[in-house]
Amino acid sequence: MPEDPEVNQNRFGTGVGNNTQRRLGNVNDQSKCACSCGCITAEDPRFAELKSYIDSLNQEQGITMPVLQEAQRSFGYLPLEVQKFISENTGVPLAEIYGVATFYSQFAIEPKGRHHIGVCMGTACYVKGSQKVLDKLVEELKVKVGCTTSDGKFTLEATRCLGCCGLAPCIMIDDDVFGKLDDVSRIPDILGKYE
Amino acid sequence: MMTMVDLNGLKAKALEEMESEGTLRVVVGMATCGQSAGARRVMETLKKDVAELGLDNVNVAVTGCVGMCTYEPILEVLEPGKKKVTYIRMDPEKTARVVKEHLQGGKPVLDYTVGHDHAGNLKNLEDLQFYAKQERIVLRNCGTIDPENIHEYIARDGYAALRKALLEMTPETVIDEMKKSGLRGRGGAGFPTGLKWGFAAPNKADQKYIICNADEGDPGAFMDRSVLEGDPHAVLEAMAIGGYAIGASKGYIYVRAEYPVAVERLKIAIGQAQEMGLLGRKIFGTDFSFDIEIRLGAGAFVCGEETALMASIEGERGEPRPRPPFPAVKGLFGRPTILNNVETYANVCQIILNGPEWFASMGTERSKGTKVFALGGKINNTGLVEVPDGHQAARDHLRNRRRACPHGKAFKAVQTGGPSGGCITAADLDTPIDFDNLVAIGSMMGSGGMIVMDEDNCMVDIARFFLDFTVDESCGKCTPCREGTKRMLEILDRIVAGEGTMQDLENLEDLAENIRLTSLCALGQTAPNPVMSTMKHFRDEYLAHVQDKKCPAGVCKALLGYVITADCKGCTKCKRVCPVEAITGEVKQLHVIDQALCIRCGACFNVCSFNAIARN
Ligand SMILES: Cc1cc2nc3c(=O)[nH]c(=O)nc-3n(C[C@H](O)[C@H](O)[C@H](O)COP(=O)(O)O)c2cc1C
Ligand code: SF4
Ligand code: FES
Repeated sequence: MPEDPEVNQNRFGTGVGNNTQRRLGNVNDQSKCACSCGCITAEDPRFAELKSYIDSLNQEQGITMPVLQEAQRSFGYLPLEVQKFISENTGVPLAEIYGVATFYSQFAIEPKGRHHIGVCMGTACYVKGSQKVLDKLVEELKVKVGCTTSDGKFTLEATRCLGCCGLAPCIMIDDDVFGKLDDVSRIPDILGKYE
Repeated sequence: MMTMVDLNGLKAKALEEMESEGTLRVVVGMATCGQSAGARRVMETLKKDVAELGLDNVNVAVTGCVGMCTYEPILEVLEPGKKKVTYIRMDPEKTARVVKEHLQGGKPVLDYTVGHDHAGNLKNLEDLQFYAKQERIVLRNCGTIDPENIHEYIARDGYAALRKALLEMTPETVIDEMKKSGLRGRGGAGFPTGLKWGFAAPNKADQKYIICNADEGDPGAFMDRSVLEGDPHAVLEAMAIGGYAIGASKGYIYVRAEYPVAVERLKIAIGQAQEMGLLGRKIFGTDFSFDIEIRLGAGAFVCGEETALMASIEGERGEPRPRPPFPAVKGLFGRPTILNNVETYANVCQIILNGPEWFASMGTERSKGTKVFALGGKINNTGLVEVPDGHQAARDHLRNRRRACPHGKAFKAVQTGGPSGGCITAADLDTPIDFDNLVAIGSMMGSGGMIVMDEDNCMVDIARFFLDFTVDESCGKCTPCREGTKRMLEILDRIVAGEGTMQDLENLEDLAENIRLTSLCALGQTAPNPVMSTMKHFRDEYLAHVQDKKCPAGVCKALLGYVITADCKGCTKCKRVCPVEAITGEVKQLHVIDQALCIRCGACFNVCSFNAIARN
């Protein structure tokens, strides 16, 4: 579902505001599955792993979210093939799986980079200049917000409060939070640590 | 299966390990905040150097966050019979010196401590105003115990409340005591906890549920994260007590995915509690069984709303459901369910142990106990403070308003209640802060986040910031919330672009009223609050944008213009820094900005050494 970055530009120029649009859904674009990564084939061993994860949960109620989370962790995103597979193996209708996958901002329908950068756009960070941090990252990585660098290394996104407001402005790279970034000149060094 | 003796024995043993003669206990704050400030490197150095020097009497432990973010990373040295030493803003080099001079040599390194009094006595965190005025119930273990070690929790009376409830109290007395304590929910609405539990208890069902709301969506609030990372067992134990009170055997903790450290600590805590039989079947040899499962959110603010949260656990889109039926009657999977906030639970064990009268003796008439506030934004002392409800957290910290904000900027307002709240201006700072008073002045408590704004923050821009948040986070179920907030955002977009009219201001008020009255959940109902509140308190700023086409705080780019005044010395600094080459001029000559090229980034304004660039 390629999103036209122009359409999604809100006042940050960040595309923070595109969730609602995504949530309300636009199913037609699904055919253009965005796997530029050599495609996930049916033989991919990760399907078998996902299957055994689903089986391990069998007794429980409400497994859709945990299964989608596990699938996203393993595949990095949730392309149509994976959604179909989950639907077939859980008995949850595909429409419902798609509905859930597009409702929550942390599920991705398109592939992401190896590392995920989330720039906190929570209030504390915003008043302390997170826009400058975001601008600096856009400049350093030469990508638009919501997009992945051409080498597939980083995906840059604006995110919600990271709960580290006392050290605002903050960013999160994968599971690590970096605080006190008022001094944006620290950013290249931080990025340099990632492979 | 555990008996009373076991718990007491374990407590004694754990205490001995933590405080035995001759050992030095060294703790490093390793919550998300500490880690992001560099605590991990401090910890590595500490462990390495202690090992290399063979200091067998040094006991290194991880702790959560004491709530003083400005001072992170924090390292503390505790020695039985001596005053605790607090080292602040540590890094690996400083740590190496502390290991050598203090841990090995026995002499504290004064340079890195928080200071000393007139007599030269070393001060530690507890001596600071910021800490000394607090009353710690919810945060009592945060920054003190190792959250990954259940024994340290037991050393601080952990699981004694659960034992007391199971062995000495009936479910009815537990609920009675909660009612008597006057505890009100800390998740925002302030609903009396005992009353809520009382609703669920009599309902018959094959299964009931206890849920902990750890979605903490209010941007700027981080007390729940701090509790989960610093004292996870306190929440687990309280959930078990709640389960006993209403007759539930299963609990869920719904944690937002942005909190990986909290999730990890919870997993460890649940595992340890299960292993010791403090969760699971037949707890303390009674017939009561209780287990807890973690569920992760996936980035939707509305899932903090209780019915949406349950929908999410059930595996659906997190859309709120109409109430009634209330969750106490028909909640998760259609069964009676009690849902409380993390901070609410963190009070429960202490109420059971110390009695409801003790709890009710603190706070204001209608809000008992304490409340944790998260201070953030343009304030020097960022962090968590726990004070009796209604006490003056913000005012204390802003009393000297000229010194409160960084870089000597002037205080403008405090925003409370996040995207559902409003602002408190200097004039209202004298109002005691509790649930009811905040509503009376047009804001709300929310979860206790307080973001301080200074003269450089434009209130129209802030209002737009919050609306953008709600537009983004509205689940889309109700038209007024989905479309109405979008229309309000469009109007604000026009205003900050200098295209607003007086009619726009009226339309904002009309829309706000409609959205407030016709939305299903509190997200929609309260979405207009930030706009209404800023319009009420900072109408002049709105008028400046609409009538004079100016942004007094200099934030809204479309309304800014930069010109170079006669003070220009021709140093060429601005010319070099301008990213679009809009500035021309020769060395030692007056420079000019080409307004057609200028993108209003303010780079020249920030670099000029002669105050020769004017913003209008
Ligand atoms: C849009 C919305 C978001 C909410 N977010 C949270 C949240 O993040 N954490 C929370 O504890 N309560 C949140 N609440 C309040 C919950 O619905 C619920 O009232 C609360 O968790 C009950 O717990 P308490 O009685 O212990 O306060 C939210 C409510 C709404 C309407
Ligand atoms: S008020 Fe908004 S967030 Fe709440 S249910 Fe309606 S559309 Fe969803
Ligand atoms: S606002 Fe950025 S971490 Fe909370």
